[in-house]
Amino acid sequence: MASIIEVKGLSKTFKDIKAVDGLSFSVSGGEVYGFLGQNGAGKSTTIRMLLTLIQPAAGSISILGKELAHHRKEVLSNVGAIIEKPDLYKYLTALENLSMFARLSGIHLTKKELLQGLDRVGLAERAESKVKTFSQGMKQRLGIACALVHNPQLIILDEPSNGLDPQGIADVRNLILSLSKNEGKTIFVSSHLLSEIEVMADSMLIIDRGKKVAEGKVSDLLNPADTLVLLETDNDERTINFLAATEWGKTVQQNGRGIVLKMHRREIPSLNEDLVRQGIRVYSLRAKHSLEDYFLTLTTANQHVDAYTA
Amino acid sequence: MKMFFSFLLAFFFTTSFAQTEEALLQKVKAKLEKVNDYEATGKLKLDVSFINAQESDVTVYFKKPNKFKVKKAGGISILPKGGVSVNTASLLPAGGYQTVPGGKAVVDGITTTIVKLIPTDESSDVVLSTLYVDEKDAVIRKAVVTTKESGTYDVQMSYGKYTAWGLADKVVFSFNTKDYKLPKGITFEYDKGEKKVEDKNKNKRGTVTITYAGYRINKGVSEKVFE
Amino acid sequence: MWTLTRLELFKIFKKPRTYIAFAAIGLIIALIQLAMKADGESYMEFMLQNINAAFDIEGKKLNGYFVFYLILHTLLVHIPLLICLVAGDVVAGEANMGTLRLLVTKPVSRTQLMLSKFFASGIYTLGLLTFMAVMGLLGSVALFGVSDLMVQKSDQFILLNSNDVLWRYVAAYGFAALSMITVASIAFLFSVFADNSIGPIVGAMSVVIVMTILTTMDIPIFNVLKPYLFTNHMLNWKGFFDNPVDYREVLKSALILLLHIVLFVSLAVWFFRKKDILS
Repeated sequence: MASIIEVKGLSKTFKDIKAVDGLSFSVSGGEVYGFLGQNGAGKSTTIRMLLTLIQPAAGSISILGKELAHHRKEVLSNVGAIIEKPDLYKYLTALENLSMFARLSGIHLTKKELLQGLDRVGLAERAESKVKTFSQGMKQRLGIACALVHNPQLIILDEPSNGLDPQGIADVRNLILSLSKNEGKTIFVSSHLLSEIEVMADSMLIIDRGKKVAEGKVSDLLNPADTLVLLETDNDERTINFLAATEWGKTVQQNGRGIVLKMHRREIPSLNEDLVRQGIRVYSLRAKHSLEDYFLTLTTANQHVDAYTA
Repeated sequence: MKMFFSFLLAFFFTTSFAQTEEALLQKVKAKLEKVNDYEATGKLKLDVSFINAQESDVTVYFKKPNKFKVKKAGGISILPKGGVSVNTASLLPAGGYQTVPGGKAVVDGITTTIVKLIPTDESSDVVLSTLYVDEKDAVIRKAVVTTKESGTYDVQMSYGKYTAWGLADKVVFSFNTKDYKLPKGITFEYDKGEKKVEDKNKNKRGTVTITYAGYRINKGVSEKVFE
Repeated sequence: MWTLTRLELFKIFKKPRTYIAFAAIGLIIALIQLAMKADGESYMEFMLQNINAAFDIEGKKLNGYFVFYLILHTLLVHIPLLICLVAGDVVAGEANMGTLRLLVTKPVSRTQLMLSKFFASGIYTLGLLTFMAVMGLLGSVALFGVSDLMVQKSDQFILLNSNDVLWRYVAAYGFAALSMITVASIAFLFSVFADNSIGPIVGAMSVVIVMTILTTMDIPIFNVLKPYLFTNHMLNWKGFFDNPVDYREVLKSALILLLHIVLFVSLAVWFFRKKDILS
């Protein structure tokens, strides 16, 4: 599929701090693209550059096949966004906010159409309420509605699940998946909820200190061959001795929580069988193959892994 | 003897002249006496260094013997205070006076006889009146009046259609004024940055000019007008 | 552009803060009219004491035109501060609310966005002045009637015929609009640099106050600065109440104010176009 976003060599420095350093990535049309990084890694800066809030010091951005610097209006008329928490006009109603953002995007919607937009995010009943009476979650949902009001092809969401309860988080996830799978929209989403990204995203990009550390399909990056397994048994010493004497021993470690091994995901049942055959009672066998682990491993958070595995 | 005869001659001349001036004044008075009242329309222009007033339409009312009012309909009129008026009739004092001849002078190209009047009443505000009388038309062309309270003022009159009534077409009244100044900080004015050159003479004198368009003479004027 | 401006006006007039200025002006005008109704004659006596000594002044001195002139004289010193309340908020207020980043991501050029905000501030300013004119002039004329207008300057009194006053007020209104929009443009410029509207509002107010003080003080060292102070030129609405009107001076001041507006707005747009929106 054609690239919807094409970024090459993007850089931005604030005083002496290089917030983004030579970043390049590509987002294909119709996919959900996860954007991950620690706090201060450069995610917000990158997103703001994509939305022309910040001028890049170097590099190029192409969106929907057009050079952003020269086709700003055309591009942005097809982009919807939430940047950090969605701050709206508190003294206006939900309907007034939505109407205003629709007009700013160059479209004029009827009241019915606006209400449909609010209904999509579960706010139709609060259409005439002033935003200052809304909870954080409701503001978030209204922000999403505003981002979608002009039916954009590309939607950029920065922390869309912020402030939402579990049901709200699930709703946002389903909305994003629906937009992508059913309507063919491209979603560029950054989130701290790694589990959500793991479930939603087709591809992802991880940055650390302004630089790319990983990019690609989620399925490829989260390699089943590198699954961490945490083992709790009735006799750790006997277990370690057994494992050390076998092929399992190549990756075995022990820490305060139990015994850790690294293996291919499909070998887990075999491990279990071997342990049982040895008469070792297994209390728990957990596969820690998650985006969180992957993320923490790649970013400057090795101390977390060490603490985990020590 | 020579001295005696010179004195006699001077006395005869003076008294004969005095009689002539008096007769002239009586002629002027007789003319003015014909006017019991009038209502006149005209334009009033006040020219004082510290009062900038636009020329305005006024109505002037007079009723014998000395009721005089200048009114501006729907507006504001500013006139000098204190017994001073642009009423010709008031130039001739009501009470007793002594006349002293003053010779001749040309006013507006017309030869006039100068008559000085010294009021005999010591309580009178007027100290001396110098009238420039046009003998031919029996009208006062100019007057210079010195008062105790208001200093010296002069009145200059020109005549036209209403000469027969002794009523002027145009009256220019000159008087003394004081300086006037307010700090700019109070008035919040735009500062052009110019330094104003002070004309000391100009600041001290002002004029009122009334140019009459027409008179309605002896048609009756209500007392209410003068309240 | 008109759509954008309408949206900006919609936002301005939905904010409660906007109406503070209208309320304040309404109150001040009502108070002045009430005071003049109650004790206007004494005020006239005081004002005319210098010339009352030597002149008889006949006619309706205390009239609607005079009261409105007094209102203008008072308010046109204070309205600039009220203008700052709104103009200083148009950009910085949005930055503070977090809505500025949403606006800038819309398919609207930054120049258009800024100009629409400025036009909206200008329309608000005109609205405020019109409200003042209607309430001040119509109210005063209704209460006090019309007559000639007496204007007090530092070195003279000016007496203007009643049929020659109204056009002067219309002209003064136009000039005052230019003056107030100049103030709005300063607050607007300051608004670009802040993420909170307090700074631009107070900053613009401070500039106006300091310059007004320099303008009104008759100290030689300050007199050198006066031709360059926009607050000095703002006072030239009074030029329409001179007799005769010095059109050269009035037009000169109007042009200077216009240049200020163009300069400040251009700077505001220029800086905003280059600015990284971090709010």
